[in-house]
Parts: sequence; C-alpha cells; structure tokens
Amino acid sequence: MELFVFVCASLMILGGAIGVVIRSHPVHAALSLVLTLFGVAVLFVAQDAHFLAAVQVIVYAGAIVVLFLFVIMLLGVDTVEDLRIEPIPVQRPLAAIVGLGIIGVIGAAIIQARDTIGTHAGTGIEVPTQTGNSDGNIKQIARDLFSDHVFAFELTSVLLVVAVIGTVLLARRPDKLGGPS
Amino acid sequence: MSAVVLATVHPTPTYYLLLAAGLFGIGAFGVMVRRNPLVMFMCVELMLNAVNLSFVALAKALGDIGGQTTVFFVMVVAAAEVVVGLGIIVAILRRKPNATADDLVELKG
Repeated sequence: MELFVFVCASLMILGGAIGVVIRSHPVHAALSLVLTLFGVAVLFVAQDAHFLAAVQVIVYAGAIVVLFLFVIMLLGVDTVEDLRIEPIPVQRPLAAIVGLGIIGVIGAAIIQARDTIGTHAGTGIEVPTQTGNSDGNIKQIARDLFSDHVFAFELTSVLLVVAVIGTVLLARRPDKLGGPS
Repeated sequence: MSAVVLATVHPTPTYYLLLAAGLFGIGAFGVMVRRNPLVMFMCVELMLNAVNLSFVALAKALGDIGGQTTVFFVMVVAAAEVVVGLGIIVAILRRKPNATADDLVELKG
C-alpha cells in the first residue's frame, strides 16, 4: 500500500514537473506546478510530516502559485511562447546532458550510499497513534524550532519584512520615484 | 503479481531520494532551457521542492526532527524569494512587455 501511494505520488510529481518544463503557456505551467506541489505534499504525509504537508498546500499551492498566476494575469504575459524557436543552437542538447548528468551523479551517489543510511539513529520522530498522540510530531517541531533554532526563526521575520519592503519599492510606479515632491 | 509487489514492498529512503534527484534534474533542465522568466522561477521552485523532499525523507530515516525544521525554513526563504523575484520581474516586464531572459542582456553595464 505504501508503495502504491509512493508510485502514484511520484507520477504526479514527475508528470507535473515535466509539464512545467514543456508547457508553452505560462498558466498551464503554473497549474502543472500545483500538481507537483500536491504530489510532494502527499509524500510528506507518507513520511509522517503532517504539519509540513499542510504548510506545503497552504503556502506553496495556495500563496505562491496564486502569486504566480496573479502576476501572469496582471501583466498580460499569458502569451504562448513558441518553444520550437531555439535561440542558442546547442543550448537544449547541452542542457539535457547537464540535467541528465546531475540526475546520474546524484542517483549514483544515493545508490552507492543506500546501505550507509542508518535508520533511526536520532531521537526518533513521533507518529500519530490512535491512543494519545493524535497530532503527530507538531510538538517536536515546535520544541526544536523555539529552542535550538529560535534565533534563526526570529531572523526569518526580519527576512520577510525586508522582502515585503523591497517588493513595495520595486513595484512602485517609476514615475513617482525621484520626481520633485 | 504486481498487486503482491505493491502490497509487500515498502519504499525505502532511497526511493524518495532518487525521486528527489529526478525532480531536481528536471527543474535544473527547465531553468537552463526556458526563456520566460516566470517559468524559470517555477523551475527553481521545483528544485527547492526536490530538496525539501529529500530533507523530509532523511528526517524520517534518521529519526531526527531537524530535517523537518529545516524544510520549514526553506519554505519561508522560498516565499521571500518568490516575492522579491516576482517584484523584479514585474518591474522588468512593465518596462518591456514580453521580455525573455535573453533581453536582460541590456542590463550589462
């Protein structure tokens, strides 16, 4: 059963990823991205990361893809790109070689190291059970986040504020910048 | 036969890591091939998701919750990256509609 879930989710992920790359219409590419993100969320659930699966659906499939679609619609760039045009002649074969090389190198390293991955070497991840622990490892994540990584967690708020202010500055109309006030 | 295989074989962390490698490779190929800056951005998201997937798989395999915490941070940084990147893309496309990545060569000083 687990393998069945894995196979279905992998088909979703890889099909969506290939769709993002080969679809010529940006809206179709964004919708293929949603398929991939949902597949990743399914695998998160299969790996007992329920909180991250929810965050994945809400933040990625909800916020980020909607932001993409919003920009596509707002700017009216939803024109079909002719993918048969190849501006740099050797770009695509070269990119295919590099991409397959990346997959090959990482895959070879993973297969070679498959026996050295020690299982359950750490303190363990709690899984939801019928009796008692119903919310899985959310408490573990919270404890880790607010004890060991609390400084990084606070820094992310600074990062988000900087990103928001920077985007507001970037998205302002240029004619309002630098003019006599 | 295949039903028996589906019922008995359990996916090991290696399966997840190989899937993540494939997703990463497809995303890298997309970044190198596509010329629409928005679609290039989506391919970067694919690569980030591949890394997230391997983090979660290893968190489960090693029994360490730190992997899931890292994924949380990756998501926050990805959201900030998308916001800033889309702001830049909006600024470019407003000045020059239907600009591709090749047109940005004029940014050279």
